[in-house]
Amino acid sequence: MAQYTLNVNGEDRSVEADPAMPLLWVLRDLLELTGTKYSCGIGQCGTCTVHLNGSPIRSCSFPISGAAGQSITTIEGLSAKGDHPVQEAWKEMDVPQCGYCQAGQIMTAAALLESNANPSDEEIDAGMTGNICRCGTYKRIRSAIHLAAEKGGAK
Amino acid sequence: MSSAPPTLNRRSFLKLTTAAGGGLMLGFRWMSAAHHGSHAVASFKPNAFLSIAPSGQVTLLNQNPEIGQGIKTAFPMIIGEELDVAWEDVKIKQAPLDTENYERQVAGGSGAIRSSYTTLREAGASAKALLVAAAAKQWGVKASSCTTANSTVTHRASGKSLSYGELATSAAKLSLPKSVKLKDTSEFTLLGTYVPGTDVPKIVTGEQRYGIDTKTPGMLYGAITNPPEHGQKLGKVDDKAALAVPGVVKVVSWPDKVAVLATNTFAAFKGKDALKVSWENGPIRESSDRLSKAFADAIGTKPDQTRRKVGNVERALADADRVIESTYEVPFLPHAPMEPINMYADVRADSALINGPMQTPANARKVSARITGLPEEKITTEMTRIGGGFGRRLKTDFVEDAVNASKLAGVPVNIVWKREEDMIFGNFRPAGYYRYRAGIKNGQVTAWHLESSSITSRGAVVHNNYPNGAIPNYQVDVHHIPSPVSTGAWRSPNHNVCSYLDQSFLEEVGEALDKEPLAFRLELLDRAESDPQGKVDYDPVRMRGVLKAAAEMANWGKPPAGQSQGISVHFSHHSYVAQVAQVSVKGGDLKVHKVYCAVDCGQVINRSSSENQCEGGVVDGIGCAWFGDMPIVDGASANTNFHTYRLIRMGEAPDVETRFLDTGYPPTGLGEPALPPASAAVANAIFAATGKRLRQLPFVKNDLSA
Ligand code: FES
Ligand code: FES
Repeated sequence: MAQYTLNVNGEDRSVEADPAMPLLWVLRDLLELTGTKYSCGIGQCGTCTVHLNGSPIRSCSFPISGAAGQSITTIEGLSAKGDHPVQEAWKEMDVPQCGYCQAGQIMTAAALLESNANPSDEEIDAGMTGNICRCGTYKRIRSAIHLAAEKGGAK
Repeated sequence: MSSAPPTLNRRSFLKLTTAAGGGLMLGFRWMSAAHHGSHAVASFKPNAFLSIAPSGQVTLLNQNPEIGQGIKTAFPMIIGEELDVAWEDVKIKQAPLDTENYERQVAGGSGAIRSSYTTLREAGASAKALLVAAAAKQWGVKASSCTTANSTVTHRASGKSLSYGELATSAAKLSLPKSVKLKDTSEFTLLGTYVPGTDVPKIVTGEQRYGIDTKTPGMLYGAITNPPEHGQKLGKVDDKAALAVPGVVKVVSWPDKVAVLATNTFAAFKGKDALKVSWENGPIRESSDRLSKAFADAIGTKPDQTRRKVGNVERALADADRVIESTYEVPFLPHAPMEPINMYADVRADSALINGPMQTPANARKVSARITGLPEEKITTEMTRIGGGFGRRLKTDFVEDAVNASKLAGVPVNIVWKREEDMIFGNFRPAGYYRYRAGIKNGQVTAWHLESSSITSRGAVVHNNYPNGAIPNYQVDVHHIPSPVSTGAWRSPNHNVCSYLDQSFLEEVGEALDKEPLAFRLELLDRAESDPQGKVDYDPVRMRGVLKAAAEMANWGKPPAGQSQGISVHFSHHSYVAQVAQVSVKGGDLKVHKVYCAVDCGQVINRSSSENQCEGGVVDGIGCAWFGDMPIVDGASANTNFHTYRLIRMGEAPDVETRFLDTGYPPTGLGEPALPPASAAVANAIFAATGKRLRQLPFVKNDLSA
């Protein structure tokens, strides 16, 4: 067990955890930020995606020891009022079915637009390939990313 | 096309009361109890509630679990349509389980809307009649001179108007109308429009809770261990190393399960991995190789059951000019919902609470009562939003896990199955082996014989679908090969496989007859309509409608340059879906460019979620047929997580264009029906592109390079 401080959604948080504990469980179980979801636990599905210093990472496969002292953004902190262009586009396109994968999809999409303000279909497919949606909402995700790009994407 | 308003040939049961805090409260009954005649009158108890508050807010208590199919939005839309309410005034609450009062509380079988449609409309229309009567009384005018729109009653002549909120309390004091007139479908303004899901704003901010997010004070996280091989029994548990993991509090076990309970999920998983458990083998150490051989060997032997028999297939085959024969094989498939299996339980001495992503809460409560010894009414049953089910959560095994663990540990627990446990120990879509034989005489199909071999006693077939009815000798036989692998309903059970098989083999027969695929299907439909053979459960007219629509949408016969088309049609859950897929195959690599999807599901409720269900069903159907495989090797499931169990990804998902046919029928299922035809549409397009008939699923097992 060790003591770690990390900045989560703009706030400094201290936790005591096993150095090997993935960030996912630190967020979900120790900090009770349950918006970040578990699905495969082995870096294959993208459901657990958060931003570490602005870059997307798989929190299920990223130990707390590697995140100490750095800044993490989760779905809860993507925008103050749920009005990030990607969130707005997701609402407008009515993307979710069961919704379980969508936090990870949104975090990946937001990071994609940060690095490419106006991605083509092919660039979206490549950028989103690590995120599985079992309900098959891919078509709407693609449209919503285009729409978010129009709305000013990265903001 | 519009349809005449349904006549109310049964008494509606409604109960009107004043809501606490003013306003109107209308209790009503769903479904079957309303048909019980005089008996129900005496014992009438409402099982659903619609309230209108003085603020104008309309609330509906929702009885069905939300699993992604959109009913939480669809139900209030149906009421709101008849009520003429402003959509933003409507709120919906998930009701806890109350089996005495709620009958259909199951998310499965695509039946929620079909079973509730008329009841919901009557409730909305009755509330509207009361509000109009209250306004008319206040103004001293005739009710018939008033109109309603946007949560407001207006008197045309004087221009006076009152909002529903202002009228609700006085309306609650009136007596219920004896009968109400429902709208003609041509008058609909809300049904059939695009309405975003009510939970979407919460989903996009991470605020939406799922079962796996349940946390209560003192609760422990539980990691479940199931037998690693199918059919094994629990032997000895050595929990020393598990208990040494910091955070692990307890290890409990009961027949064939072990739960490691800890203060966080990571510790519970680590503890689970540290367990040393011995397992005792069952009588059969299963393998896909053993099954394939046993399946094939059974074909041609005396069947265990005949599911359909029309005419005399053997004689017709013997008489035929030509017999076409083909065998197909499909693998096991796990459900793999993105939200892993989880469940919360808090078992106390005299009561219990179960809460989680259940598709069958009434069964869950029953098994919980059995395990705890508590009477059912002492078990509070609450449902969460469900992160995908696909049939997996119709079972209650995971509810039993939570209840057992909480009972044994004496604390509230939220159990979770690691993804690997879900993959290894799921209730799979059954693997199966199928032989078709078709007889052709004088250029006509005279016999159709399907024999299935599978591990379910009913044979994993759909015995009464198209093209039966069009062929004079038609038989479906099943062989049962027992296996320790457990199976269960998988999105559109049996249909998901049989649509693929029937619609593939049909093309083989058509090809032998040198018939164009669409024309051949239409010809068989004409025969089923004009001279039906045996009992026909589908409507050939509606099936023809979707086939023609899909062909028209896709410009059938004229694919874009470099692409090939395939067509497929299927009837399930009372709905009709035809699809045309456009694919190309280059260097053995498949690309599915587009799928056109024509649907007759009667009245569309919410166009947004309906299209989403179709898009998702097509993608799921194609993805699972393309990649989905779960071989059993040395007793165990070979694909343990998404690195080897391939799910379809963004770049592989085709564009999907959906058209709903306006046929005037009441709404029917849509959570499942778009899935079954998709795989065959793609396979038929692959055949058009390559001349290769894919008789073994998944597609990736077949070499598509020239
Ligand atoms: S849960 Fe982290 S990638 Fe799947
Ligand atoms: S919406 Fe259900 S997994 Fe993506």
